[in-house]
Amino acid sequence: MEAVYLTFVFVLAIFLGFELISKVPSTLHTPLMSGSNAISGITLIGALASLKMENPGFATVLGTLAVIFATINVVGGYAVTNRMLEMFKKKDQGEGK
Amino acid sequence: MGALGINFSYVISAGLFIFGLKMLSSPATARKGNLLSALGMLIAIVATLLATGLDYRWILLGIVIGTAIGLFAAYKVEMTSMPEMVALFNGFGGISSLLLAWSEYHQQGEISSFLAGVTFLSAFIGGVTFTGSMVAFGKLSGKVPQKAVVFSGQHLINGAILLSALIAAALFCVFPGSWLGYVFFIIIVLVALGFGVTSTIPIGGADMPVVISLLNSYSGLAACAAGFVISNNILIVAGALVGASGIILTNIMCKAMNRSLANVLFSGFGTKTASSGAEDGPQGEVRPATAEDVYYILEAADSVAIVPGYGLAVAQAQHVVRELGDLLEANDTEVMYAIHPVAGRMPGHMNVLLAEANVPYDQLVEMDDINPRMDSVDVCVVIGANDVVNPAAAEDENSPIYGMPIIETFRAKTVIVLKRSLNPGFAGIQNALFFRENTRMYFGDAKVAIQALIAEFKEAK
Repeated sequence: MEAVYLTFVFVLAIFLGFELISKVPSTLHTPLMSGSNAISGITLIGALASLKMENPGFATVLGTLAVIFATINVVGGYAVTNRMLEMFKKKDQGEGK
Repeated sequence: MGALGINFSYVISAGLFIFGLKMLSSPATARKGNLLSALGMLIAIVATLLATGLDYRWILLGIVIGTAIGLFAAYKVEMTSMPEMVALFNGFGGISSLLLAWSEYHQQGEISSFLAGVTFLSAFIGGVTFTGSMVAFGKLSGKVPQKAVVFSGQHLINGAILLSALIAAALFCVFPGSWLGYVFFIIIVLVALGFGVTSTIPIGGADMPVVISLLNSYSGLAACAAGFVISNNILIVAGALVGASGIILTNIMCKAMNRSLANVLFSGFGTKTASSGAEDGPQGEVRPATAEDVYYILEAADSVAIVPGYGLAVAQAQHVVRELGDLLEANDTEVMYAIHPVAGRMPGHMNVLLAEANVPYDQLVEMDDINPRMDSVDVCVVIGANDVVNPAAAEDENSPIYGMPIIETFRAKTVIVLKRSLNPGFAGIQNALFFRENTRMYFGDAKVAIQALIAEFKEAK
């Protein structure tokens, strides 16, 4: 039953994703990509939860590596997206930095 | 915090991701949207860390190392190198899904066929995303030749690799618990890593926007599969959102090149046409112009549309282009920037570069908005773009790019093409635009040539 329930969530989320993303203007496609990339670092949640006290050894090595890569993905992705979006200005917003 | 509390926090995170993406629909709210999305991620991470029985030493180590590398890369990268940066991050997302699936499998051992199936998907898609992104990164940063690498029997080899992956997967699903299952899992990982390379090398540099979009989608789907492995809704929702986003972008990029996804992935475009196309393309006399000529043309124009391409990124000319635009505006000329969807090496690449140079986003015009009023534009300045302005796409039925939507610069009163030489573009097709009556060729490196123009403007004052 759980497989059905998870698939249900998956299908709904895909449709929601299509609705949301098709409204993003092409000007913002690069930030969209790096921002959604950061979201795909959500694997971090799973990697954190997998590092349990009771299973040391090889699983810990794999889990720690997964945490490192996913953190790079999350932190780097959000930071670089923020840096890009900061630069998008309207005409009357002045020259900025 | 109990499992219930953690799961409620995940619902809040999912809501914030969705709101964040929704706010990306306008440049005015986009930055706040990204911060909301980051807040959602933070809530999910903190909630996860509140579970009992976690080994915090390794977690801390992983987070510190990852944060340091991520922040360093994010603040160091040049805006022109954004495509390779995104490719790299994509790859890291992919490998972490692979590692997570592996770690879960290593801990569980005996698993149901359904779990084995999603473990396979997570490891396989994650592995392909990782090595595929590394190849894309290498091509974009010039560490690997950008040309499409094709050899005979390539499709056969890729087909064989894919088939062996499926067989290994089927066997893995039958006996995941035994040592044999573990062997098959390792085979799956190795095949995935290999397939990422062999499926990406036949794709040439200018098709990279499609590949990056597709890999973006894969990284989301890998996270999604990992969510099935550990029965975690937040991974499934977030992964599906990213997967959908990547698919939409891939589709937009393919449409903008009038090619199917299969054609982009398998044809090695630009290798076959490059040798023959240049000779039998349109020929004729080009009309070269000096900086002074171009200055007089621009000085007299009422409206100017600047059409940037990848050459602008290579020459790092975005700042001088903005300066030229400002001088033109000071001269009471209307300035706009017409941007083709596949200009550059990733979706929206040109927009980011121009935004970096402080060009206001209301001056950036999309292809579908500029084309209807092209007849009333006095001067089009094409900077480092080629195939996306080639009139053959609209007029010559025999051209390989026939049917591709282009920015119809040839309909403007005058076109100035700023280019290093007469070499054909990525598609290997000579550009008929260069030989048109209303075209002037202004040869030179984009940055140097525009600096010369700026000097002319300043002198005249």
